[in-house]
Amino acid sequence: MHQVYTAIFEPGFFASAQVHIAATIGAAVAVVCSVTGVFTVMRGQSFAGHALGDVSAAGGSGALLAGLSPVAGFVGLGIAGAATMDVIGVRRLRGRDLATGVVLGAAIGLSALFLYLTSVTGATTGAVAQVLFGSIFTTTSGTIPAVVILGAISLASLGVICRPLLLATVSPDIAVARGVPVRLVGLLYMLALAVSVGLSSLATGAILSTALLIGPAAAALRLTKRVARAMGIACLTGVLAVLLGVLLAYDSYYWGSGHNGLPVSFFIVSIVFITYLASGLPGLREGRRSGQPAQPAAAARHDKIAA
Amino acid sequence: MTEQARLGALSPQILTVDGVSVSLSGRQILDEVSFGIGAGEFTGLIGPNGAGKTTLLRVILGLQRPAAGQVVVLGRPRSLRHQPVGYVPQKVVLDPDMPMRARDLVALGADGNRYGLRLPSRERGQAVAEMLHAVDAEQFADARVGNLSGGEQQRVLIAQALISRPRLLLLDEPLANLDLRSGQEIISLLARIAREQHIAVLLSAHEMNPLLPVMERIVYLAGGRAASGTTAEVVTSEVLSRLYGYHVEVLHVHGRVLVVAGPGGDPALAPGLAAEAG
Repeated sequence: MHQVYTAIFEPGFFASAQVHIAATIGAAVAVVCSVTGVFTVMRGQSFAGHALGDVSAAGGSGALLAGLSPVAGFVGLGIAGAATMDVIGVRRLRGRDLATGVVLGAAIGLSALFLYLTSVTGATTGAVAQVLFGSIFTTTSGTIPAVVILGAISLASLGVICRPLLLATVSPDIAVARGVPVRLVGLLYMLALAVSVGLSSLATGAILSTALLIGPAAAALRLTKRVARAMGIACLTGVLAVLLGVLLAYDSYYWGSGHNGLPVSFFIVSIVFITYLASGLPGLREGRRSGQPAQPAAAARHDKIAA
Repeated sequence: MTEQARLGALSPQILTVDGVSVSLSGRQILDEVSFGIGAGEFTGLIGPNGAGKTTLLRVILGLQRPAAGQVVVLGRPRSLRHQPVGYVPQKVVLDPDMPMRARDLVALGADGNRYGLRLPSRERGQAVAEMLHAVDAEQFADARVGNLSGGEQQRVLIAQALISRPRLLLLDEPLANLDLRSGQEIISLLARIAREQHIAVLLSAHEMNPLLPVMERIVYLAGGRAASGTTAEVVTSEVLSRLYGYHVEVLHVHGRVLVVAGPGGDPALAPGLAAEAG
């Protein structure tokens, strides 16, 4: 029994301060991303979410160059990027991909510049990998309050606008007719998204940040037909993916003889990916199950489509 | 407008559109459109594609500011703050993956404009159930809206619009994407709701024939101008020719009404007429 236990939790896992910090930040980020992600997937704005990841990469690398806190960099530039995207037309369906793409290109260019300058000045080793692929094991406990507070602000704003945002997601026309300030609600959502993505970039790296945003949410939407439940399921899978990822990354130090740990982001993203694939398994998807008494018409039609 | 005054005296006026003109990017869309709708009346807003039906509905909703004229709803100038108007837009794309049951969409119609988290409420649940019953949508109330057929979605959207207890319900081309039978079902449903709940219905369509059995009034829109009254008053060669600006003929064939370009008319100028005749 003890052997099995130590095989799963390698020595020092629970005592490691780095593990505590990584698990705390990771779980907080996963909750924020999962809730935001449900709206992102419903609104079809995954691309905007990804672009904001690249924008926060520029912020993160800029912060590294200037010697500022990475949280400030990731989140700060993300917010600026979201505002820019809103101004140049992310709310219009036709202009949306265009605005996103333009901002994304500019952001990657900026990252390239900052990361080059950082590597030239030689201030930090591994800066590129840290910004792009995450550094959750190297974060200090001092970042925990910032992450938690920013995450709470993001969740609280989504809580305030959730109903108008949902209505505007279903139909902007109906929302406007009901007196919802659709533009303002959309902008607030974009800002909450920027914060979530910035935090996700901190945990999994800018390039992989979309995985934590979209993956758990997309899997959850397949499993339930209720928004609140989708958020719950997404949070659960997101947090589990992060914690399991942290554990596996920690354990990977003891795999083989080289004692080179594998990147935690790889594990998190892989678990998210596998969860998403599993959510598509026949029988799991709600609404496809046979014998649901409440919806014979829809179930029959769905089977026809599936067949 | 003596006709309107007469109707206004018969039933309380829910909606008055008075001399509304709209120009969009230099093109005149609506030219001094005037008509009125009384309480519980079923009115068809008929006209060829591009006649300005959607623009007119947007003006009534307060989404489009007219260059001239005004819209009065329940005796008050139109404003977005006061919501006596229910609305079912033409295009609502409901994704099959959207985690939302028909029931949830109707509930959003009740409080989708409120801020903060929703607290559980038995009252709201009951109101939603009543609305689903009113539109015969109970049997698919718990299905994902994205998995419903066009006709079923249309009913859920109508329930969503009705739950805020409007006195006037606007529907923009609700029959456009429906097969004939679903269209008939929606029309008789709307006629029943207008009668039972005393809600005035204004429904736009480019084809008037499916509406003839239930339509109490018609607002015919062509070339940016409107004529209103009963179908017998409006759908005549004389009135429609004046609207179109060239001679059109109104033919009655097997109980159907066909509007066709007359001998002096230029069919090339009236693409909508071909649709009406078909």
